[in-house]
Amino acid sequence: MAHKASKELLRVENLYKQYGDNEVLKGVSLKANAGDVISIIGSSGSGKSTWLRCINFLEQPTSGKIIVAGEEVKLLPGTKDALKVADQKQLQKIRTRLSMVFQHFNLWGHMTVLQNVVEAPIHVLGLAKKEAMARAERYLERVGVWKFRDTYPAHLSGGQQQRVAIARALAMEPEALLFDEPTSALDPELVGEVLKVMRSIAEEGRTMLVVTHEMGFAREVSNHVIFVHQGRVEEEGDPREVLTKPTSERLQQFLSGSLK
Amino acid sequence: MEWFDLTVVTGSLPEFWRGLWMTLHLTGIALIIGFGFAVPLSIARVSKNPWVSAPVRAYTYFFRGTPMLVQLLLVYYGIGQSEWMQQMWEAGNPFWLLFRDAYFCALLAFSLNTCAYQLEMFAGAIRNTPNGEVEAAKAMGMTRSTALRRIILPSALRRALPPFSNEVILMLQGSAIASAVTLVDLTGAARNVYSRHYAPFEAFIFAGLLYLVVTFVLVGLFRVAENRWLAHLQPRRSASDAKKN
Repeated sequence: MAHKASKELLRVENLYKQYGDNEVLKGVSLKANAGDVISIIGSSGSGKSTWLRCINFLEQPTSGKIIVAGEEVKLLPGTKDALKVADQKQLQKIRTRLSMVFQHFNLWGHMTVLQNVVEAPIHVLGLAKKEAMARAERYLERVGVWKFRDTYPAHLSGGQQQRVAIARALAMEPEALLFDEPTSALDPELVGEVLKVMRSIAEEGRTMLVVTHEMGFAREVSNHVIFVHQGRVEEEGDPREVLTKPTSERLQQFLSGSLK
Repeated sequence: MEWFDLTVVTGSLPEFWRGLWMTLHLTGIALIIGFGFAVPLSIARVSKNPWVSAPVRAYTYFFRGTPMLVQLLLVYYGIGQSEWMQQMWEAGNPFWLLFRDAYFCALLAFSLNTCAYQLEMFAGAIRNTPNGEVEAAKAMGMTRSTALRRIILPSALRRALPPFSNEVILMLQGSAIASAVTLVDLTGAARNVYSRHYAPFEAFIFAGLLYLVVTFVLVGLFRVAENRWLAHLQPRRSASDAKKN
């Protein structure tokens, strides 16, 4: 995929994260332009999820920089392990521009599907109820769960819940979407429906950062793949090259272990 | 029926109704006041700041650790013993004069007591909010207060409904001790009827029956409330399934 010189949406510079003596991330960086789909792969414990969670500050990095659409998140020295966000308002605004989809869906259980999707647009973005409803119905339709709009999450399958979660993220109309192992908690037969939705929203030109174990998705949908090993970027590049002709021994081992 | 003289009951019906009404509004108002304070205090109770949570903890420790009857007697008889309070009464201070009023004292003791139980119940439910749901609220850019108001409290209060219904019923029955401070609630009325007619069965069985009916109605109301507010935790019913699809 030849890439036009497009607008930079997200830059992560030299991110470190430690928990006590355990250094999980050892200086990782990435850059995402508008329309990029970046897959972050690696074995469990490699630090790939922590990396993603540091980007919207669900975890506080030990050091490093996060720049969202040219705006750097202001950070202050905090504890030994974690920086402190200087300006909560700025963080909240930046979070609305980076919607996240979680491994365990994390839908709000006491709300119906429709309420889940209109909640943040109304109470965070300040949209009028009517506008938020129209938006929610559009995205629920888009991911194929519109008919469940009055159902509670617990009454849906995992795949349906994850599609609702994707609709909830889309309804924020963010600049980029963060996916944290979106299919890892699903039964094998439900993985396909979620991947199909992710593929189709990638094709709309949305910017996506996907932590995943799905090599097929990484190879076919993303235009850039990053292999993380023990908290470092071991290898990265065009997925067709990186995944078919890996140069690092670690990635060769990893791929032979996860070949399907 | 030799042992049950119905005329004792029928002859004292107005007295029983007045007693029942006293029981209902005393319990009801105490529960509402208790709830009003329990919600904000439960948020303080789960605060990470010990200066905020510790006083609340001390309060619930005392009020859950002692019998409500002791608390009532302390408020009604104990406070009046203090010299300072007696001076206030002599000075005619309208606020402190309230403490000479049995109804006010019972309301105060009951509210303080039920508030302590309710707030621990709510605090427990807040703590049990699935962490992922709180994280999702953060990730969507919600402030702490929006997340509390929109996600954490609505979810926690719903889950606290079953223990809350228990608390309501326990308060209803517990309010029988109001008769210890001269109030004529349902139990007090029964006691008066008993001593006038020396008819213990008639007086207390009828009072017990009235408590039973009120409890029965409350249980029914809470079942309706749970069907409405806790539908998301119940298994999906096949009938509504068939309708929806």
